[in-house]
Formats: sequence, structure tokens, C-alpha cells
Amino acid sequence: MKLKIVVLAKQVPDTRNVGKDAMTAEGTVNRAALPAIFNPEDLNALEQALRIKDQHPGSTVGILTMGPPRAGEIIRQGLYRGADEGWLLTDRKSAGADTLATSYFLAKGIEKIGNVDIVIGGRQAIDGDTAQVGPQVAQKLGLNQVTYAEEVMKIEDGKATIRRHIDGGVETVVAPLPVLITVNGSAAPARPCNVKRVMKYKYATCPMERKGDEPWSSLYARPYLTLGQWSIADCRADEAQCGLSGSPTKVKTVQNIVFQAKESKTLTGSDSDVESLVKELLDEKIIG
Amino acid sequence: MSFFLVHVTHQFHTPHSSLLIHIMNNVFVYCETEGPNVLEVSQELLTKGRKLADKLGVDLHAIVAGSGIKGKVETQILPYGVDKLFVFEGNGLSPYTSAPHTDILVNLFKEERPQICLLGATVIGRDLGPRVSSSLTSGLTADCTQLEIGDYDEKKTGKHYDNLLYQIRPAFGGNIVATIVNPDHRPQMATVRSGVMQKALYEGQAKGEVVYPDVAKYVPEADYVVKVIDRHVEAAKHNLKGSPIVVAGGYGVGSKEGFELLFQLAKELHGEVGASRAAVDAGWADHDRQIGQTGVTVHPKVYIACGISGQIQHIAGMQDSGIIISINSDPDAPINKIADYVINGTVEEVVPKLIKYYKQNSK
Repeated sequence: MKLKIVVLAKQVPDTRNVGKDAMTAEGTVNRAALPAIFNPEDLNALEQALRIKDQHPGSTVGILTMGPPRAGEIIRQGLYRGADEGWLLTDRKSAGADTLATSYFLAKGIEKIGNVDIVIGGRQAIDGDTAQVGPQVAQKLGLNQVTYAEEVMKIEDGKATIRRHIDGGVETVVAPLPVLITVNGSAAPARPCNVKRVMKYKYATCPMERKGDEPWSSLYARPYLTLGQWSIADCRADEAQCGLSGSPTKVKTVQNIVFQAKESKTLTGSDSDVESLVKELLDEKIIG
Repeated sequence: MSFFLVHVTHQFHTPHSSLLIHIMNNVFVYCETEGPNVLEVSQELLTKGRKLADKLGVDLHAIVAGSGIKGKVETQILPYGVDKLFVFEGNGLSPYTSAPHTDILVNLFKEERPQICLLGATVIGRDLGPRVSSSLTSGLTADCTQLEIGDYDEKKTGKHYDNLLYQIRPAFGGNIVATIVNPDHRPQMATVRSGVMQKALYEGQAKGEVVYPDVAKYVPEADYVVKVIDRHVEAAKHNLKGSPIVVAGGYGVGSKEGFELLFQLAKELHGEVGASRAAVDAGWADHDRQIGQTGVTVHPKVYIACGISGQIQHIAGMQDSGIIISINSDPDAPINKIADYVINGTVEEVVPKLIKYYKQNSK
């Protein structure tokens, strides 16, 4: 069974383990201190997609991402690991999209790709942690949905058998294709980049990423080095449903965090300090 | 195979239909069950929903759907101040799958036109909420840490809105806190993690009506297409949420072995071990021990933060602790600002001393 698989992947600022330098002295977010990375759970999703492809020769894996031109890097990262193709949805009018408007543009992109059997992405992106885009894409395309997947165990007779995480346990579900799957970070990690594929695809770019005067620009004539790049109009999407205008949620206010300093006792880690603290807590029956 | 975009008719969420919005504008809470038991997070949301409904002068409605729940769940839901409870009892509704529960909410909301819908930020709530919001093109905010009612002025249009739901949550990796509103779309939907709100039996008078709608009128047969063939749910291995003493570790613990020290301390103090996201991501602690906005929210008497820097996402999950003790080698760690006691030192140096002197001094 040849399957057409689309991986939803997002380029995100690395918000994990941010240090104090993530905030500027003025108290705003210092984006420069946060590198742009492949959303971690989307890598888990890519691995599941590649495994399905391994088990079903002739299947294809495509990377679909939405963002500014530099998000083309996400497609390259996918190609290096074994994806066959990729598309960047990029349009100034899609800026400021909330999850609903994002899922609309993605759904229109998937419609344009056409005849997709499996849409698979990470459970959530680390810059928003909402886990909403997957189910919203599924709803818009009328796809079955399985979230929090740990492993796609098999695809057989037009059905996917999937082990998924639930609160306090696991369950196994069987869902007919076409299906949208979101994958947990605890699923198998992505395979590393393949050196030959890196050599082959390192100059693969979306048209908007190119200046035209690169030393390797003569290579752009090779079709596999031109990545898909679609605007709202290319996807025949309704502008009003994209970007800020298509977003029912509005940000009213954003506050930087200023902790109200409490009156605190500061101690060293010395034996006498620790012992006196323990005694104090015991005396006041805070611990017992 | 082809795809069709589902075009939703804008019946009650366009700016021009504000008249309709005000006809039926109650607060709804989706209640989740495990077997015949209603989850605690749902009861917490009922208590919050009741407060919001009182503030708005509207009714609190609850929805519960499952198999074998009729006659078992009502008494677990009504005492939290519910005016009307919709019990959808039918085969195929438990265990949960996405489509039937989505259509119950979508089709009921088309009739009832709620202004607010709250769901637990559980695996189920985070699967169901977005599907419902997409179907109704309404806004949804995930993992809210506060919900309030307030006014909103749209700067672009100059339009004023009364009594919107403020959906407040940390954003951008927890470096900021955002207040989100849904001015024109209904219902205003939000998910909230377990333990963020506090449940309390309602002391006022609620109507307490219960109805049992015909499930087939809401859920087409085609919805029962995803089958759950195997399911294992274990009772929670620990009681982190309810523990009076929490020993929590962060990236500064340094290793899985370092966490063993925390377990020893927790055992001595009869507490539980929690972890920051960084420690969970590093594989040093199980995911179900994560404290913070995307984990568990705790309200212990004593919170001992070991090597936790204190991102706002983490703070959101523990700031209401009674006494906060921070053990950190970095004297400028943000968490120290909200701590009652700051111990400048490494976890591996200080924790064994805490254990030693606790053993020596406690009887």
C-alpha cells in the first residue's frame, strides 16, 4: 500500500531552558537569544512518518510548514532525514494568525497537495503549547484524528493502528484513513541527518529564500532544489480567514513577569545554617 | 480520496448577531468521566464556571457524555451549582473518541448558544476543545491559569465590549503572561489544567435540572468510526497534587541520580517529588510529576525547590504554596524572589544535610 504522508512541522524559537538572557533589561523578550529550531515533537512525528514509509515502499513523505521564508530550513531538515518533498506556506497576510487561522491555511495547503492518506505532526509546539492546530486541521478536512500518539504500530486494510498516551495510561486505537495523528515527545526520536542527503539537498531552497547571486545559484535549475512555496492565493484560501482577521482570539494585554519580592531569609549551605533551618521549621510545625 | 473543507455557517458568532448572542448565553462546562467517576478537574471548573455565571447573571450548564454513567454522575456534578445538566448516555461514548463527543458539543451549542465553554486541559479536553472550536469557528485558549470577566476596547475599530472572558495564560515559553479575549465569536472557549482552580460545593441555590437528550439526534452513526481496541489506565502512582509537602527538582539537580536524593528527602518528610519541565525533558523525572502550567498545579504547605530557576510556567504551578524554600547555587535565580527561605548551595550539597538534620531533630 503506497501512502501519501504529510508531516506538519513548525520552526519555533527554542524556549526550553531559557536563561536570564532571554529577557532584555527593559523586560521584553530577547528573541535574538533564542535560536530557531525544528519543533521537537514535530521531529518525533517525522520519524513516525519515515517508519511508515520504510514499511510501505513507494510511499512519500512531504514536509508542510508555515512561516517566513527562513522556515524553509525546516523542509531541508526534513529532506536530510529522509523526506521526499516539502512546501512552505508563506504570506504576509497570514501574520498574526492564532491557531484557528493557522489551521485554516494549513488545511488549504493540504487540500492543494491532494490525496493525502496521513497527516502527522507533533502534539504541540513549544512556543505556544496549545496542541490545537492538529485537531483543528483534522476538523477542517473532515479527517479522523488521533492525538498524543506514541507509535503508529501498523497500517493495514486502510486503517491505522496507533498506540496513544491517555491520562494515567495508554490505549490502542484503530482509525480508518485518511487520518491526522499528533505525536508525543516520548515517541521514538528522529533519525539523524543522512550525510548523502545533506550533500544533495543543502542548497534546496524556496524561491523567497534566494537572492539570486549565491555562488551556487546555477544549481537552482535542478528541479529537486526548488522547494514548494505557496501563498494564500496559491492555495485558493480566503484571505479573511487567514492571519489576524481570521483569528477569533485577540491578545488584550501582555505583561512581562515581575516577581513581587518577598521578604526572604537567605542562608548558606553550611551545616549550621541547614540545621538551624530544619530546627526552625520543626519548631514552627511547618514540617513534622 | 478527496478532502472537503467544512464551511460553517456563521449563525451566532458574527459581530452583527449580537442580538442572538444575548438570547441564550449561559456558561457551559464539559465534564469528563473515567468509568462512573467525574474527574476532579471537571468539578474544579464547575466551581469556577458557577462564579463566572453569577458574575454574568446567567445559568451554569454542564454536559457529560459516556456509557453507563446515567444515575451515577448526577450527584457528582449537581452540588457544584449546576442549573441544568445534560447527560448523554449511549453505547460508543466511552471510552472517549473524538468525533461523537465533538458532535454532541457542536450540535448542542448550535441549539443553546453558550457564551462560555470550559474544558479540562486533559488529554481528552485538549483533543476535543480544538475540534469543537474549529467546527464553530470560535476562539479557544489552552491551559489558562486565570479566568476573569472584564471589558475590552478594540483599538482598531473603537468598539467596546462588555463582560468578555479574560483568558489569562503564560506564553512564549513562560516569559510573558497574556490576556486573551474572543470579542466576536461564541462560545468563548478555554481549557484549564487540573488543580489550577479550587473546587467547592455551591452554597447558593441552583436549579439542578437534569435532562437526558437522545444521543442519536446529536451524533450520526458515521462518527463511531475510530475504535479503541485496548486500554490500560492505572491509578495515579503518587499523590503529588494533594501532598502537603513537595520536593521539586529542576535542571540544577543535574542527573537522574540526583533525583534519588529528592526522593529520599520526600520520603523522610512524607511528601512527594515534583519536577520542572526542564528536568522532565532531560528524562530525570516522569512526565506525570511535572509541575507548572503544562503540568500539575500544586498548593502544598511546604515547597522545596531544588535547582529550579523559576520560569513563570513553573511558578504558575506552585506560587500558592505556603512556605517556599529554594535551594540554588545561583543567588539570582528568579524563584528566589518568591521564596521564604533561600539556601545558596548546590542540591547535592544541601539536600543530604537536610535529610541528616531532619533525622536528627525530628521525633
